Amino acid sequence: MEKQVLLQLNQIEKSFGETQVLKGISLTVYQGEFITLLGSSGCGKTTTLRIIAGLETPDNGSILLEGQDVTEIAPNHRDVNTVFQSYALFPHMNVAANIAYSLKIRNTPKAEIAARVKEILELVQLEGYEKRMPSELSGGQKQRVAIARALINRPKLLLLDEPLGALDLQLRRQMQLELKRLQKKLGLTFIYITHDQEEALNMSDRIVVMEDGRFEQIGTPSEVYDAPRTSFVAKFVGTANLIEGTVTSSDGRLIQFQNQDGSGSFLTVGHKFAAGDTVTLAVRAEQTHITLDTEDERGAQTGICGIVNEKNFAGGMLRIAVKTANDNEIICSRQGIDSALATGDHVVITWLPEHCVPVDLQESEAFDHEKP
Amino acid sequence: MKNHKKIWHWGYFLTLLPMYLFTIIFILGPLVYMIILSFLKRAETWGVVWEFSLQNYADMFDPVYLNTFKESLKLAAISTLLVAAIGYPCGYFMAKLSARWQKISMMILMIPFWTSSLIRLYGWITIFTANGVLDKALMTLHVTDSPLRLLYTYPAVVGGMVYTLLPFMIFSVYSSAEKLDFTLVEAARDLGANAAKAFLTISFKLTLPGLLSGVILTFVPSMGLFFIADILGGNKVVLIGVVIQEQLMKVHNWPFAAALSVALMILTSLMIFIYRKISKVKELEGLGSF
Repeated sequence: MEKQVLLQLNQIEKSFGETQVLKGISLTVYQGEFITLLGSSGCGKTTTLRIIAGLETPDNGSILLEGQDVTEIAPNHRDVNTVFQSYALFPHMNVAANIAYSLKIRNTPKAEIAARVKEILELVQLEGYEKRMPSELSGGQKQRVAIARALINRPKLLLLDEPLGALDLQLRRQMQLELKRLQKKLGLTFIYITHDQEEALNMSDRIVVMEDGRFEQIGTPSEVYDAPRTSFVAKFVGTANLIEGTVTSSDGRLIQFQNQDGSGSFLTVGHKFAAGDTVTLAVRAEQTHITLDTEDERGAQTGICGIVNEKNFAGGMLRIAVKTANDNEIICSRQGIDSALATGDHVVITWLPEHCVPVDLQESEAFDHEKP
Repeated sequence: MKNHKKIWHWGYFLTLLPMYLFTIIFILGPLVYMIILSFLKRAETWGVVWEFSLQNYADMFDPVYLNTFKESLKLAAISTLLVAAIGYPCGYFMAKLSARWQKISMMILMIPFWTSSLIRLYGWITIFTANGVLDKALMTLHVTDSPLRLLYTYPAVVGGMVYTLLPFMIFSVYSSAEKLDFTLVEAARDLGANAAKAFLTISFKLTLPGLLSGVILTFVPSMGLFFIADILGGNKVVLIGVVIQEQLMKVHNWPFAAALSVALMILTSLMIFIYRKISKVKELEGLGSF
């Protein structure tokens, strides 16, 4: 089935006073997609969402919803609903009245309102809570009411602004699954905001990594994770080590490079490197190999040399921090408890050429910004 | 709250004692005295005769007094309505100003309180008097050709009432509008409400406690504010407050003055009771749910 374009953002710019919050962002969202805006606080992701909702007007650029320009259209005339970060439940209305708000505004017959409220409460598993006031609900229940209220009109697009931010970890995991299930079941399009990369990787069809009012990378979770385009993305999504060096030789796709701590190799796709070029590589901690560098072998092995600085065990993973002579820190992680290495040991770090990517390549040589 | 143990402690008792003493001596005492007084008879020359009588209450049904009650209610209603109409938007938008301008507008409202309200009312005489400040200003601007001579008319009394009571309404509305979370309005807009609908269903509903306590803070005093009618209305506007003052100070009929006061108190309480039944608002801004 052909993918239908639902929403298009074209070169959106927005400033608040002297600060430019959005610096010309463009995005195409397809029907039925779960798309996540991932970024740290203050990167402009909430402003992007508010512009899509119509609560904020961009200074420049346009928004197209199903091909129609809605840039200047008031929020009440857009077929878009929002789940606010603070839930924004109306404190003077009970659960049923909160959920029915948008139907009442549109003068829907009472019998239909009752039936639809009942249906949506079942969907979010809150049967029997109709008469409760928002102040009598727990965080997770408020969350469900907020989602039900935004969903009852079956909007074309649902915007969720860090909806799980206030919940504890266990409830968050559960709600992640439920949201995903709801989205698939109803065939809705979600634009989801989070600063939690794990949440983004877990739920999204595509992730938009945002930084300082710009989109750093748009791609599927595996694209963003395995092939970060910039050092920011590599650092922000998962923890990648950034290793800088100078290209020494290139043999078609296989490129050799070296720096003061040692040398290594990587594969390149679509970018031509010549000897003498500087390059930044992103290497995931779990994709590094670490071997003991015995005194008689020292200097003979290829790889980045360093000394084990720190070892700790967290979340089923052993995390080894290696300090290089050049004062760079490289993190290596292993499954299970590895006792062979001790703090102070000389080690060599290597990786398979296909397990690392060059980042921060010049825009013109890089991949397409927006791959359909 | 149910789990709280009841701790009776001399410390609590001693700290609360002054408040209870004050309330009993200065509020409950005079009130009881006034009610007792209203059932007594007036002495021939001075003071009261300790003899039970309902005559004072019967006297009240004289058309003269009934009419005074009616006039007082009318003036209080008109003043309250005007105060609400002017004060609600003021208080509401004051809460939306930047922190700096909120402070400035608060100061502007507070400064007049540093002067006695009686003195400020004399200021209004200068403004309202024939060929006074207001008349001259209006004639210079060619709004009117002849002086309005507003002093000692009904509009002058209403003007004085509104002026005196407006700050209470503004403060009351402001304090509830300040707590209004604007995200709720955005949520309403997002869910399909236009600006007017969002205001009526969300902002207005949530600031209603402020408006309602403002109405009570305006209506109750305006029933009894006799000196405004006295100063700005001359003897043309006779209010129940004026009659009570006359009965007490000039006629020296204390029991009748007391009976009129009791009737005024009952009437005012009744109005508030009906009003709260109609409005169905349980919480009042700053007064809690009483």
